[in-house]
Amino acid sequence: MNFRSVATICPYCGCGCGMILEVLDGELIGILPNKSNPVNEGKLCIKGWNAHDFVISSERISRPLIRRNDDLKEVSWEEALDYTSSELKRIRDQYGSDSIAFLSSAKCTNEENYLLQKFARAVIKTNNIDHCARL
Amino acid sequence: MSEKIEGHVGELLKQGKIRAFVGLKKENGQIIPHLFTDATDLDGFYTGDKDGIGAIRYPLNKVLVQMSQKYPDAIFGILVRGCDERGLKELSKWNQLNPEFIVPVGLACPKELAEACECIKPYPDAFIDGEQVPGISNKTVEKVNALKISDRFRYWMENFSRCIKCYGCRNICPMCFCNECSLEDMALIETGRIPPETPIFHLTRAVHMAGRCIDCGLCEEACPVDIPLRTLYKKVAEIIEGHYSYRPGYDEKKSPLNILGPRPEDN
Repeated sequence: MNFRSVATICPYCGCGCGMILEVLDGELIGILPNKSNPVNEGKLCIKGWNAHDFVISSERISRPLIRRNDDLKEVSWEEALDYTSSELKRIRDQYGSDSIAFLSSAKCTNEENYLLQKFARAVIKTNNIDHCARL
Repeated sequence: MSEKIEGHVGELLKQGKIRAFVGLKKENGQIIPHLFTDATDLDGFYTGDKDGIGAIRYPLNKVLVQMSQKYPDAIFGILVRGCDERGLKELSKWNQLNPEFIVPVGLACPKELAEACECIKPYPDAFIDGEQVPGISNKTVEKVNALKISDRFRYWMENFSRCIKCYGCRNICPMCFCNECSLEDMALIETGRIPPETPIFHLTRAVHMAGRCIDCGLCEEACPVDIPLRTLYKKVAEIIEGHYSYRPGYDEKKSPLNILGPRPEDN
């Protein structure tokens, strides 16, 4: 029997409201606003109140999928990575770097966002990188 | 911070009278809800006084309900102030908790907190620490009652117009446990409008708080735009008391609006 509160910061907008994730026996069961945090003083917006939803969502993709003929087909990691790299290379060579855009997410870690923008700028050589919090 | 309460909880755990204690912990300067399961590990045990007495209050009753749903045979201790105890009594009446599996550890609120809350009973029936302060009368409701009717309407409409529909008031309320919430019912509350339909959104919530609200004030603390929700729900409680001589959380009587019976006939 283990219940603990993990004080963390909301992953969504730039406000950085403090929140508390309630974890019961390793399972995320809820959210409370962090009253000790001077930024939000114990209040949250609707996104903050539901920020734990995506962690345990059944809609999360857990295996690589490739769309073929309007159908999403499950494939191996090797096939998915090979396909992605060869297609990106082809499209960049044929249509130019700026024909590709990258969209990251507030639900990813800072490190993942850093990697994607590095990939976009240094490898594909485009500035077309954005993030769902700006939408 | 109350050492008396910490000592008492340590004893309860050591003697096995409770399996775990739902309380507060101070960790890295933050005060957060915590479950203490070991009498030898009460590191950071706190009773919520950070920048002022009882400054940090959380709906520990909600944590308790989740714990007892997963562990229905375990006996839990819980930190209670006057309002928390009212919540426990009401949750038991609504079959959310079994009082035989709960050991409340009482803490009486000091005068400053009682005045800030205008609490009618700022102490639980039995408390380990704190001094009993007499109940405070309701100035905020009197002030609103004194306004003439058109001013009163404008007062509420102006306040409701700031609502950002965060559902904070409902999410943090220790008495809100419905699986299907009326505030999320498409037939009652239109989606996609900010502020949500005034005053229907707030009046719906106020009506649901009738005979249920224990006056803990967490809703007003959770509102990002400072809507005087507590005043509204205190007014509703006054109306219910006037008509039915009933106030939630004070005795074993069930709410006059607690109808657990056969389904009404569909017409």
